[in-house]
Parts: sequence; C-alpha cells; structure tokens
Amino acid sequence: MISRASVLLLLLILWPAPSMPADNCKNTAEVVEIATGIYVRPGKHTVVFDGEAAANIGFIVGNRCVAVIDTGGSYAEGQALRCAIRSVTTQPVCFVINTHAHPDHMLGNLAFREPGVFYIGHKKLARALALRGTVYLERAAQQAGRPVGPEHIILPDLSIDGQLRLDLGERVLELVAHSVAHSDNDLSVYDEKTGTLWLSDLLFMEHIPVVDGSLKGWLTLLETLKQKPARRVVPGHGPVQDTWPDAASDTQRYLSTLREETRERIEKGDDLREAQKTVAYGEQTRWQLFDSYHKRNIIAAYTELEWED
Amino acid sequence: MRYSLSNNTRGWPRVWLLMAILAVSGSAVADTDEDSLWLGGLRAAYFGERPIVQSDDVIELEAPIRAEDSAVVPIRIKAKIPQTDERYIKTITLIIDMNPGQLAGRFNFTPKNGRADLGLRIRVNAYGPVRAIAETNDGKLYMSRRFVKASGGCSAAVGTDIEAAKRRLGKMKFKTDKSVLPGEPLAVQLRVSHPNLTGLQMDQITHLYTMAHYVEKVKITFEGQPVFSAETGFSMSENPSFRFNFVPDGAGELHAEVIDTEGLRFTGQYSVVPGEQRAEGN
Repeated sequence: MISRASVLLLLLILWPAPSMPADNCKNTAEVVEIATGIYVRPGKHTVVFDGEAAANIGFIVGNRCVAVIDTGGSYAEGQALRCAIRSVTTQPVCFVINTHAHPDHMLGNLAFREPGVFYIGHKKLARALALRGTVYLERAAQQAGRPVGPEHIILPDLSIDGQLRLDLGERVLELVAHSVAHSDNDLSVYDEKTGTLWLSDLLFMEHIPVVDGSLKGWLTLLETLKQKPARRVVPGHGPVQDTWPDAASDTQRYLSTLREETRERIEKGDDLREAQKTVAYGEQTRWQLFDSYHKRNIIAAYTELEWED
Repeated sequence: MRYSLSNNTRGWPRVWLLMAILAVSGSAVADTDEDSLWLGGLRAAYFGERPIVQSDDVIELEAPIRAEDSAVVPIRIKAKIPQTDERYIKTITLIIDMNPGQLAGRFNFTPKNGRADLGLRIRVNAYGPVRAIAETNDGKLYMSRRFVKASGGCSAAVGTDIEAAKRRLGKMKFKTDKSVLPGEPLAVQLRVSHPNLTGLQMDQITHLYTMAHYVEKVKITFEGQPVFSAETGFSMSENPSFRFNFVPDGAGELHAEVIDTEGLRFTGQYSVVPGEQRAEGN
C-alpha cells in the first residue's frame, strides 16, 4: 500500500518526465475520443491469443501527462497505441495503468517502457503475473511463431490496495483496487472531469463475461459499482456505454443465471460434467464467443459454489 | 525431471520408479506418435504382457477434446455392462500418459455398484492420451482411450483463497442424484475438500515448490460392506470428486474414509433413507 503523500512525492521526483523519443509509426491504432481527452481503441470479439486486438484499451490525456489504460495483447498492439497517443498529443506518458493481469490487456506493456513511465496495478497484480506470466508468454510465442521473452511481463512500480488519486494535470483520476470479482486483481479508473468510469473487464458488452475470480464476488461488486454515478462507462470488451447503471444489466443477468442454475445442478447431485451440458444455455444466443468461454465459466462457478453451506 | 516427493509415498513406489525410467528413456521414445509412451513402457509397467482389448464395449471414457481448464477436467467413465455376481468390472485403472505420475488412480468396484460408472475431475499436464482400463472379474482387460488437449494442469496454481481451503481441509459432501429406491442403482457423489498439491506448484513468495500433499486412498462402505474404493495420485484435481453408483438394499449408513499422503485420515457419513434425497456434510 502506498500513501497519497508518497505518490505526490513520487510525482515531484518524476516531473518533468522526459519526452518520448520520436516513434517510427508504421501502424497507428485507430482510437475514438469518447469524451474530452479520453481515447479508446475498441477491441474485436476474438478469443485471446487469436492474433487480434481483443480488449478495449486506451489512454487519458491531462495537461501534463498521459495515462495509458491497458496496453493490449502484444508488443505490436502496445506500439500502435503509443503511436495513436503521439498522433493526438505531445504530452509524455507518465503512467501505464494495468486493469488486471489478463494477457489481452497487458502484453503490450513493454512498448511503453522508458525512464519516467510508472506502471500501476492492483496489489495482487504482481502475484497473478508471477503465477500465470510464463503460461501467457508461451501462448503468445505459439501465436507469434517466435519467442516472447519475460521482458514483456512488467510488474507494477506502484501497487494499489484501496484507492489512489492520480493527477495528470488539471485532471484527476481515481483508481480503485477491488476485491475478487472478474479476477483477483481488478482495478477501475474514474475520470472526475468527464464522469467516465473505466471498468475494463468488470463489465462486458456483447462478449460473454469471463469468470476468473469469484462469481459471487463479482455480482456483489457490480451492485456496489452501480451506486456510483457515471456519465459513461468503458467495458473491457464491447462498446462504450452512456447509460450507467443500466449498462450493467446484461453482465449481471448472465452471472446471476450462471450462479442460480449452477446451484440447482449442485443441489440436484449433478456432477460438473453434467452441469457443463445444462447450465445457462438460455444465454447462448445473447453473447458472442459463448462457445469459447461458457463451459469454462461453469467450471469456475461450480467449483466456487460447491462448498457453500 | 525432479519433483518434491512427500515422505509418504507407500503404495506408489512403482510410479516413482517408472518416472525415473522414463526420465532416462523418455526422450528416446517420446516422439510425435501419440502412443509412444504407452507402448514404450507404460503398458508393460502396469499390465506386463497381458492382452488388452481396445474397445468401448465394456467401458467408454468421455473426456473433452480440448479442456477448458487443464487443472479441472471433468471426465466420465461409462460402464457398458451391468455389475452382476457372474460378471462385473473389478477395477478401472486411469492412466494419463503425459502427466508426471502417469497412474492417476485405481478404482475398485463390486457387484453392489449395479453399474461401474465413474465421474472424476483430473489434471492434464500436456496434450496426450487419457486411458481407462477395465479389468473384469474374469481377469480380462478392456481399454477406452481419448486424446485430450490441455496443458499445465499439474503446475497450475491452486485456488485463490488458500486460508479458507485450509480451514476446510478434509470436509466432505455426499450427494445423491435422486430419491433412494431400494434395489435401484443410486448415483453418489463424494466431494472432498483437499488442495491435492502436486509438488509441481511454485510458491510465489518463497519460489520453492510446495510439497506434494494429496488424497491417496478413498474407501466407501455401506453398513460395513465395501462399496467402492480408490487409490489416487495428484492427477485428481484440487477438491477431488468421485461419482459412483451403488444399489442400496434398504436404509443404512454410507461411510467414507479418506487418507492423504501425510497420513491424515478424514471420515464422513451419509444416511441412506429410502424415499429421500439430501446432502450431508462431514
């Protein structure tokens, strides 16, 4: 945990951040300015490691600094995002915020590595990367057809437990480290200036939600997050929404259906294999990539719920 | 290949010996051929020269072609013949070619099972065959084999809440699938709360491999009579689950005894009452 004072101190040490070297930009990511100074590179609905930019990533521009929010699934994706930043501002990137450890969100980290850039993540991000990083690199290497080295996994310089306010220059971001939900290291970013809540994979639109933390924890957290007024929210996958908290309803419906129908199967004495054939198939036509992730979600749900009293 | 061995591996010396043999010879035989490990040593180690019929007519293994989660792969073994006093499946041996410790488990049945179906969750460490070999009471062997695509199942980190798991160690849950009817086969699911550590999982604080610690023996009796038993290795997933059938001849107590590699012994009971379906913990 770090105190606010120490962050301010850190910021004093950091400024002025060195300006970035000129980039050789063959590929520039197409970004959309969804609110003043907030840019999103929309992801496509593909399974992770399928060679496409899967997640929503982007950046927020302040008067002194740019904060990158997630860097994509590869070095190339990160570089294209970096070029997109250069195309809209000359402000230096001071922070790379990783919303969680999943590879489609953080394997572009290395593209931003230079003195003066601080990587920020949840208190448990480093642990998650240590546990899973090797597997992610292997999968990335298989996909790329060449080695992807450990330098692509960058651990946070700042680990957040609770909240952190980050000043980009007349623009304050509120970062919140959440309890276990989509994963055990989810971080959300709220931009006070525009009322934009960047939820990343705490919210899915169109793309089936993926449970890698706690189904019950996620449902509880969504109830809390819905209390927060926001003019728009950025999901980890799918289009930006300007109807919060209504936009939470699809994710909530899927997760609660998964929870209830899994509980019914456990209660009935059905084992996991049977549950995988029957639970929540009413959701099948409502989501993209359902066939890629639903059965895995049932495993996560069943193994979490089977020890409920 | 180097693994942390628990100091209690009685009953499994052959596995370790075999691993040692394969460590030496493995690279020579492990090739593109899917069955090279099996033909190159596994088969002989477990079944010698005995004939094995490869067929799905006695048992059929159901497994996903591609596992969604390599640490929790639900599989089912379906018996194609009823358990009668004259002919029954005595043992099912489960072998996962590409796992360290290929012998995943031995499962023992009696005519009391009605049908020797078996539901399990396993870890699969690399793409390769999973095979179930049934031995019938006349000593014949029948093998059902499936190729499963999965990787990293034995080294995957255990569940996130380790403290809760420790508090729950050895807790059991029984579940039956329907109302109990005397003389009718009943599917019973026994779940045991146990991390079933493989010895291949790294502690991220100390960077040491955690000691293997897993359920080694399961014995189920009904009114003192053996119903089902198993000798298992760490290829059973965290919180191992066993689903088997048995035919209750009336009301009575199902009793489970579970012993792990540290010699810890856990027990659980379940009252079988005709006309009732319910769960009971330990």
